[in-house]
Amino acid sequence: MLLALLVLILAMGGVMALQKAFVPKFGLDLAGGTTVTLSPVTEAGAAPSQESLDLAVNILRDRVNGTGISDAEVAKSGDNIVISVPGAGQKEVVGRLGTTAELRFRQVLAVAPAVIAPSPLPTAPATPAPSGTGTPKPGASGQPSSTAKPAATAKPATSATPAGRALSSALTAPTPAPSTSASGSGKADKSAKATPAPSASAPSGQPTAQPSDDPMAGVDLTGVDPAVAEQFKKIDCTKKDRGQGVQDNPDKQLAACSKDGDARYILEKAAVKGTEVSGATSGVDSTTGEWIVQVTFKSKGASEFAKTTGQITSAPQPRNQLAMVLDGLVISAPVIEEPIPGGQARISGSFTQKSATDLANQLKYGALPLKFKQSSIEEVSGTLGADQLRGGLLAGAIGLVLVVFYCLLYYRGLGLVAVASLVVATILTYSTVVILGHNANFRLSLPHIIGLIVSIGITADSFIVYFERMRDEMKEGRRSLRVAVEVAWARARRTILIADAVMFIAAVVLYFLAVGGVAGFAFAMGLTTLIDIAVVFLFTKPFVALLAKLPFFAKGHKLSGLDAERMSREAPAARTTVPQEG
Amino acid sequence: MSAIGALGRRLYRGEVNVDFVGRYKLWATLSGVLLLISILGLVIQGLNLGIEFRGGSVFSFDKPAASSIADVRDTVEAVGGHQVIVQEAGTRWRVTTQSLPEQGVTKVADAISAKYGVPDNQISKQIIGATWGGEVLNKAIIGLIVFMIAIILYLTLAFEWKMALAAVVALIHDLVITAGIYAWSGFEVTPATMLGFLTILGYSLYDAVVVFDMIKEVTAKLGTTAKMTYTEAANNALNHTLIRSLNTSLVAILPVAAILFIGTTLFGAGTLKDLSLALFVGMIVGTYSSLCVATPLLANLKEREPKYLAIAKRVHANRVAASKDAASPGKAKGKEPAAASTSTSGSANGSVATGKRKKR
Repeated sequence: MLLALLVLILAMGGVMALQKAFVPKFGLDLAGGTTVTLSPVTEAGAAPSQESLDLAVNILRDRVNGTGISDAEVAKSGDNIVISVPGAGQKEVVGRLGTTAELRFRQVLAVAPAVIAPSPLPTAPATPAPSGTGTPKPGASGQPSSTAKPAATAKPATSATPAGRALSSALTAPTPAPSTSASGSGKADKSAKATPAPSASAPSGQPTAQPSDDPMAGVDLTGVDPAVAEQFKKIDCTKKDRGQGVQDNPDKQLAACSKDGDARYILEKAAVKGTEVSGATSGVDSTTGEWIVQVTFKSKGASEFAKTTGQITSAPQPRNQLAMVLDGLVISAPVIEEPIPGGQARISGSFTQKSATDLANQLKYGALPLKFKQSSIEEVSGTLGADQLRGGLLAGAIGLVLVVFYCLLYYRGLGLVAVASLVVATILTYSTVVILGHNANFRLSLPHIIGLIVSIGITADSFIVYFERMRDEMKEGRRSLRVAVEVAWARARRTILIADAVMFIAAVVLYFLAVGGVAGFAFAMGLTTLIDIAVVFLFTKPFVALLAKLPFFAKGHKLSGLDAERMSREAPAARTTVPQEG
Repeated sequence: MSAIGALGRRLYRGEVNVDFVGRYKLWATLSGVLLLISILGLVIQGLNLGIEFRGGSVFSFDKPAASSIADVRDTVEAVGGHQVIVQEAGTRWRVTTQSLPEQGVTKVADAISAKYGVPDNQISKQIIGATWGGEVLNKAIIGLIVFMIAIILYLTLAFEWKMALAAVVALIHDLVITAGIYAWSGFEVTPATMLGFLTILGYSLYDAVVVFDMIKEVTAKLGTTAKMTYTEAANNALNHTLIRSLNTSLVAILPVAAILFIGTTLFGAGTLKDLSLALFVGMIVGTYSSLCVATPLLANLKEREPKYLAIAKRVHANRVAASKDAASPGKAKGKEPAAASTSTSGSANGSVATGKRKKR
């Protein structure tokens, strides 16, 4: 037991040393942070409705503080929304928060490269530049021939991009065009049913070179709204602002750029909207090792998705591609090889761990009902002076010293066990807070710190329950210390577990149901409860059992806290003199 | 030996026997009065909610060379700004106060420009909404309600529904009284205070559960031939855990008292004071309620059960007979159960009643 605890403490110490993190991270009130003001951008400058602002506040709160332990704050300020994130240097994080995260799935009607190369390269389909991104079996997907099928269900998927240009863009761009695969859930066959369409591959059955500067060349415009076709011609995807953040109308066709600006698309009306997304997680594709986002649909979205994929899978290139449009940009447009039932889609496209996690969070917590621009971003100092933290710590230390004195005075030798247990609890709490701070962004605010100090005090109750039980057992006079230690433990253990369970239920319920500071505090509460149990089970009890073997305690030395005087009660008759007021 | 010293000694040895449960009328009156005062306070005075709940006014202006946080705070407070928070935002000061009326805003701006020579049009004045408003508060309240239900279910499984009810009543009792103290004292209720309330919530239940666990153990031994009533057994159990309750409370309150003391004397207002006052009051009330509210309530509920009614009747009859025999008048309620008890403490009293009597 004691060894297990030692290993635990050493392991935590090791983690701290490895990460070179010895100081916990502090919350907004103590460390200050970054504050960003988001102003809604509405058409014609009309004031946004309060409902949509409230909704946006809630979504932003989830995005910035989804786990509830990072102590971030979101507030309305007139028509603006002010977000404060603890810690300096969070500009990037805060900046990403305001993105609308409106996801739509749209069928691709036409594709063209963003840049029209002045002189076309010769056809070179043989070098498919197997980038690996999104191709389940790299090397196979670029081949237009049917001899190199990566998987039974996979057909050589090709984009309508004229090969030469696409190739050149693939060769010049360090990261190839985002290629994506969508796969049905529940299939053991991991090799995607939808092979990604790397832009470097040659379209089969199409002229291999299109020496034309017209993006419309070779594009089938049947069913395309002329206005959108016109837009498609004009759109400049090489610009930095290539239309991201534009709120697209889901009921209209759309001309849009790819996220990296390599291609332009004409897209059908939205088939599935982001509101139909029920969950999103990020992870690493086991085959390709790249970061992906897995999206789960609600029931309506799932059937829509299955229907759409069923419809377009038989369409000719490029109309068998389904584009995923996020905030006005095509983040990927995989070819759909067969209908995808099951309501799950995979989005890939040169994500990093950070961007995949961010996107998953944004999709999970929903799209913002308004479009925002950052009107100001600034770093602010803590709301509380450093004096408050110092005062709190000083007071806490004084309080704990008093507790130590009291324990020693009252429990004498046993008090040492109590004090040692408190020290262990403090070490465990401190290292947990540090590790969580650096790995889960757990931020300590002043209330947390006071709460932790108090809970360390409450931890002492577990020892007190145990010690009192031990003394009861010994008072009964039937037991030696070594037996009493065990019998009392069996009884005290139940009390401690029941009482701690109450605390833990409180923590869990509040953590999951409440938001903001309450959730963070509940998290700390649950944490200390677990630490309490760990300390009592792994330290106090084994330590007492160990001490019970020492003659100092076993024989009831006057200073052991288990002396004869202590262990006996007055005769009942003497009780009558006890003042009832107690 | 002074009375306090003697009491201390008895406490040290764990030999007290206070009739908590028997005096439920006293406690009921006391708690009733406290609750009434608290509710009156909440209704008449209301809570002084902080800017985190109600929103406030924000001023920001370029930092003049000679200014410090304390300096700016004093300036704004002098013209009537409440709950002033001064932050550094880049090269500017950012001052947040309670929501101010229009004149109030002008007054603060005037004071700033007078003191630091910042032209009025270079002071930005904004209104900030509540960070703990609507949704956050609503969800916290929903969480609390769900928690209460979960706790009642859990305690019903672990103990029984009467104990669950008594524990939750005691919990609400503690929260209302603590809130009442905030209402009457006019102390600001901030998020820190709310978190203090949450700590009390856990503490109060924890305390009640430890006491109930002992009551359950002691009263489980009450058979049909029991020589004491449920009330007496519960009281016995209470005295048994009294040392624990007092020790625990003391150990938990000591750090809080230190924080409260330092928070009020050294810093005046602030998070430290807001939080530690809630904790300090809540813990004292929590200890009181687990002894004097939860247990008497439980005993009252249990005594209505036929089984314990029968025991009470028989015990009473025996006592009357015994007192006639011994011709010893007076109330012996306090010592008799202990002397005749079959409980742990009773037998302990019996078995080690030697020699110690002379000590006092």
